Amino acid sequence: MNIRKTIDKLKKPFNKGEKWERLAPAFNALDTFLFVPKHTTKYGAHIRDAVDLKRTMITVIIALLPALFYGIYNTGYQYYSQLDLEYNTLDLFIHGSLKIVPMIAVSYIVGLAIEFAFAVFRGHEVNEGYLVTGLLIPMIMPVDIPLWMVGLSVAFAVIIGKEAFGGTGMNILNPALTARAFAFFAYPTYMSGNQVWVSEASNIDGVSGETILGVLASGESSLNYDPLQMFMGSIPGSIAETSTLMVIIGAFILIYTGVGSWRIMVSGVIGAAIMGLLFNLWGANELMSFSWINQMMVGGFAFGIVFMATDPVSATQTVKGKWIYGFLIGIFCILIRVFNPAYPEGVMLAILLMNVFAPTIDHYVIEANIKRRKKRMIKTALNIA
Amino acid sequence: MSNDIRIKNGLTINLKGAAKNIVKNAPYPKSISLNPSDFHLIIPKMVVKIDQKINIGDVIFYSKKDERIKFCSPVDGTIREIVRGAKRKIIEIIIDVDKNQKNVEPKIIDFEILNEKEIKNFILNSGCWPFIKQRPYDIIANPSDKPKSIFVSTFNSAPISADFQIILDDQKEEFKTGLKVLSKLTDGEINICVKKDIPTFINKINNIKVHFVSGPHPSGNVGVQIHHINPINQGERVWILGPEDVAILGRLFLKGTYNPIRTLAISGAPVKNPQYYKTIVGSELSEIINDAGIDLNDSLRIINGDVLSGVKVEPDNYIGFYNNTVSVLREGNNYRMFGWVPFINNEVPSIYKTSFSWLFPNKKYDLDTNLNGEERAFVVTGEMEKVFPMDIFPMQLLKECMVGNIDKMENLGIYEVAPEDFSLIDYSSSSKIEAQYIIRKGLDLMIEEVG
Repeated sequence: MNIRKTIDKLKKPFNKGEKWERLAPAFNALDTFLFVPKHTTKYGAHIRDAVDLKRTMITVIIALLPALFYGIYNTGYQYYSQLDLEYNTLDLFIHGSLKIVPMIAVSYIVGLAIEFAFAVFRGHEVNEGYLVTGLLIPMIMPVDIPLWMVGLSVAFAVIIGKEAFGGTGMNILNPALTARAFAFFAYPTYMSGNQVWVSEASNIDGVSGETILGVLASGESSLNYDPLQMFMGSIPGSIAETSTLMVIIGAFILIYTGVGSWRIMVSGVIGAAIMGLLFNLWGANELMSFSWINQMMVGGFAFGIVFMATDPVSATQTVKGKWIYGFLIGIFCILIRVFNPAYPEGVMLAILLMNVFAPTIDHYVIEANIKRRKKRMIKTALNIA
Repeated sequence: MSNDIRIKNGLTINLKGAAKNIVKNAPYPKSISLNPSDFHLIIPKMVVKIDQKINIGDVIFYSKKDERIKFCSPVDGTIREIVRGAKRKIIEIIIDVDKNQKNVEPKIIDFEILNEKEIKNFILNSGCWPFIKQRPYDIIANPSDKPKSIFVSTFNSAPISADFQIILDDQKEEFKTGLKVLSKLTDGEINICVKKDIPTFINKINNIKVHFVSGPHPSGNVGVQIHHINPINQGERVWILGPEDVAILGRLFLKGTYNPIRTLAISGAPVKNPQYYKTIVGSELSEIINDAGIDLNDSLRIINGDVLSGVKVEPDNYIGFYNNTVSVLREGNNYRMFGWVPFINNEVPSIYKTSFSWLFPNKKYDLDTNLNGEERAFVVTGEMEKVFPMDIFPMQLLKECMVGNIDKMENLGIYEVAPEDFSLIDYSSSSKIEAQYIIRKGLDLMIEEVG
């Protein structure tokens, strides 16, 4: 336990009554990262489950890793294949890493700095929620977005989207999507169009890096991609959203460990499938007649419904509420895609919209429970009378 | 008449050290104590002084709010000490037990000829009344109330807790008599919940309603059973008793004296001989735990009650008024490097499959008291419902209790819950929310504001 002794020695100035007492949350965050603390139960149950928020969050990160690695690979692949350059697999990963690792670093540095500052300022421990948010934000950005924009979006999401509401657990909107929405509306030229989805596309002529939904929205029907590519993910798009397969692996991890809500995922898929089928029957334009199965494989739908919609803080909290919430996200996602060509990707707005309505959905689910209780009371009273 | 109730949501935690089916007579205690903290919200008004001689059944103190509720000595002895805390609050009353207990001639009380009021008065004056508790609020029943029904849960589902089949084995007559007495106190039903598929003498008793309950913990919690059988509405009162407390009540009418025998299961992995001891309510712990074999040099936690809802005590303390279990756990005041990483430290089970524990559903664990994390904000949803088998939204109710919104608490079902029903939420919460503590505060607020 030598490391432990060293840490205890370093920790001394942060203890109660010592000179750096106020900075204790920052030190504790690092300390508890290394060691599960020796706190024992004081009130209530004397034994506790092994799970804590750190473990929950790290499980989500593990579930994100397949999509992240594929995103790194695909960034390289899109670049080399669109430019018709010679490459081997290692080149792809090197190119992707050079693009994406700095984004992740910026996201974590800016976000955690703000989180630590708020923890010290408010005198509470650092919550682990940002570990996931900080990885999600770069994963849903276009690859060529400047690093300072990533930093600014992160700052906006953490300060306005989360801390302004009281911090972890209190926010209305999903912080990662708040960051993306901020960038989307503040810097639209970097966030949509034909030239942001493949790295260096804006600097080099002859690259057609349009996303499939972008192509369809512009009314063209000639797609260069087959469904297998859509499923595997070798298509242009935001960094880690493209591979449906990798997202499904992540979903499997989340559902299997019990960390993510399968109800939201399943109902979301049902909602999107129904809406997609209805539009297939209607078939008035390219987007409408785009097969409902393919609808779910392109764009950010799969990634969003698995990793964004299931964020427990911004989603509905009741079991019934989760079914309704997921279903409506599926419906709205396809609806926005089809009816608003200005936003060819609907999942971000669909989730943010339902984030806002989640408390309302819960309210009605809970009201039903309350009504049941009141009815029972009246019934008993009548029986006695 | 009987009914089946199946509890689906819940959790069975397999722990090592369940008490074996051996009942020993504990040595007669040298001292016993009455601890007012066992009687929630009761403010004691002392009747005796230090060094005063007392006999079995003599009143030690009564409730300041309701003088009818008396707390009596279970032994002949001398008051040794009245321990007081801040603001002269009475913490504990310790009685030295006389070596030679006087023989009291048994006399049967014919309760059939007594009316409700006379029975109540007899119970109140004997010192047995505190065994009758009420829901809502989980406090000692108000003698002026007429309960809608009376419930007795005859099994424990908490990990390594006492088995009432063993405890009641030689107290069947007392138990039956106790039930008959209770049936005089209510116009409603006497509901007894037994574990399904376990043969028992209970379903052969007349004039009671037997319910067969199956499923994981907290299926043995009386609050859960009430919720599924005859839920409590606003303004209603249900009385509850522990099974051995029913037997104590029965003995009062069979023998005519207050004789609170307590059969105690000493359990837990650090106990060398986990088994049962027959002793008296409030006895000193030390002799019993010495006999069961506990190494006091180890860093251990001794708990009056089960590991999920009991109260921490020291080895030189006394057993509580209500508990049939004394659990012993190792203290978990040690660091675990990177212990939060999934699939590390698999010796700690988890309701999430982030520990390999789910591969071995029948494995028994030796858990310590480590919190396994730190308290955080509410983040994960849905985990509380998994271990809370009531038609109540536990997280929403907890949040309303935290802000003290009485209307909402009432609407969300505060009258139907007791802290122990939230013990598994304590256990499984990933944010380490102290749910039992919050619910107790919420209930106390309701008592203060609504009554």
